[in-house]
Amino acid sequence: MTRVPRSRPLTFFSGLVAAGFLVSCGGGSGQQAKPANTVIQNKGSDTMVNVAQVWAEEYRKVAPDVEVEVSGGGSGVGIAALLKGAVDIANASRDIKPSESEQAAKNTGKQPLGFTVGFDALAVYVHKDNPLTEVTLEQLSDLYSEGGKTTRWSELGVQIPGVKDDTIVRVSRQSSSGTYEFFREHALGNKDFRLGSRDLNGSKEVVELVGSTLTAIGYSGMGYATGAVKMLKVAKAKGEPAVSPTVAGVHDKSYPLARSLHLYTLGEPQGAVKAYVDWILSDAGQKIVEDSGYVPVPPDVRPKP
Amino acid sequence: MSPDSPRDGARAPRPVRPRWAVLAERALEALIRLSGMSAILFVAAIFFFVLREAAPVLVKDEFSLTQFLFSTEWYPTSASNVRYGTLALTVGTLSVTALAMALAVPFGLGAAVYLSEFCAPRVRETLKVTIELLSAIPSVVWGFVGLTVMSRLIVSTTGAPVGVNVLNGGIILALMSVPVIVSIGEDALKAVPDSYREAGVALGATRWQLVYRVLLPAARNGLLAAVLLGVGRAVGETMAVLMATGHAVHIPGSLLDSVRTLTANIAAELGEAPAGSDHYRVLFLTGTLLFLITFAVNLTADFVIRGVRRK
Repeated sequence: MTRVPRSRPLTFFSGLVAAGFLVSCGGGSGQQAKPANTVIQNKGSDTMVNVAQVWAEEYRKVAPDVEVEVSGGGSGVGIAALLKGAVDIANASRDIKPSESEQAAKNTGKQPLGFTVGFDALAVYVHKDNPLTEVTLEQLSDLYSEGGKTTRWSELGVQIPGVKDDTIVRVSRQSSSGTYEFFREHALGNKDFRLGSRDLNGSKEVVELVGSTLTAIGYSGMGYATGAVKMLKVAKAKGEPAVSPTVAGVHDKSYPLARSLHLYTLGEPQGAVKAYVDWILSDAGQKIVEDSGYVPVPPDVRPKP
Repeated sequence: MSPDSPRDGARAPRPVRPRWAVLAERALEALIRLSGMSAILFVAAIFFFVLREAAPVLVKDEFSLTQFLFSTEWYPTSASNVRYGTLALTVGTLSVTALAMALAVPFGLGAAVYLSEFCAPRVRETLKVTIELLSAIPSVVWGFVGLTVMSRLIVSTTGAPVGVNVLNGGIILALMSVPVIVSIGEDALKAVPDSYREAGVALGATRWQLVYRVLLPAARNGLLAAVLLGVGRAVGETMAVLMATGHAVHIPGSLLDSVRTLTANIAAELGEAPAGSDHYRVLFLTGTLLFLITFAVNLTADFVIRGVRRK
């Protein structure tokens, strides 16, 4: 993972944990709720670290005797820790590799077991009156990345009705956004964005601006779609089928700007870990996925607890 | 002074104040002096702490001050080639501020002259209260007005593709600085002694001649201060320009281009820049740059005022 570790929320969280620890020690005489007697170690993807922290904090309210310690570092770091048995749950925004599974079996005698807990998917938006229906990753890269050549809709073969100046208004996100990095990694192949795009501060703002601008294009979470915008079908390359950003397209990975978010455990989870995973896959846990800007797992494909 | 004991006063022709009163007065004087000096202390301390956060990046080999000041390429989180060039941001700040002042200064000074010289007392009271109310509107509300109302208005009247741009930010900032300019400007005009007005009228000046030939030159310093406070408000404003200017790193070619300002850039990026990283330090350096810009504006104004005085 190339994402910048978000050290601030982590520090804040460990601060909270430390404060909680101090309080429970200082209180001493048992006025506090039951002290945490089960600790679940959770490590991995930086994409998921924020949602994982919210899970951990909310889960304290459900089960006060279970404490979940969350840390980031990247999917690979989390899986590596799981293989050594150092953590109970690894967060990963990619599938586990066969070599890693073998390693786990050799080290611990157990097979890693994955749970899909949500999806990270971006839709490419244009104004609803824009006749364009599909776009390839290559076209997106030529449009958005530094050194790219596309600046006008006519270069994409698009005639927007009632527009004289068909300069493409590129709508992007501020550079600290995870969405920005995801788009850079998956649509631009890690090339830099060309400067001069409107860098907005929220997923919703992007969709609003695109919805009010005939010549705009932007990317944002697919959950932010409104009636004023159109989501483009995205093709991996020219000649390959273009896929709509739908839950189905996200599930079978045919949509190129999406990936699943996983939890991995060693073997079938037991006890507190099982309860925690079940809770994450429950409506309450999935609500947090949705609130964090990701795509939740639809109820019919969730494993039954 | 506090009353002394009566018998001392009765005996001596010049009453000798008790020691504690003298000491208390000295202490009070010292306290007041300290309050005055603290302004300098605070400014120096703020500058020091901002610069201290920024300093470590200045000595790094891969950081170039020339690039920071004169490059338009702002890529703080690039995966391959990190570049910190703030020229486009500086130009963004200056363009929005210049437009805001071009709109706000005539309006603000005009309103100040009207309030102080032309309008009836009752109208003045109503207007003053309204203007004070205008200056109490939070900047995020102004930003919201820019993002929604103003943006649509600009799109429908100018045909620009996007309504958040230099024009929008300039108008919003002008609306925010006008109240400051009006209240300070009016105070400055009020401070011109009435004898000036009487002399002017006695010489047969019309009201306009009185304003133009007598009051404006007499109140020049105060009016300049009013304008400068307006500039300060415009340069330092963050939230409203963040929402109204479109946030694009780009040197504007026209009023309808989107820009990003130094302040908006800090606000948007500081929250997520890992503490102590180069990006974080460069953002503090941007703060230092802002500080220097306002300092330069104030200093220039000070010299201008002195020049005026010497004449």
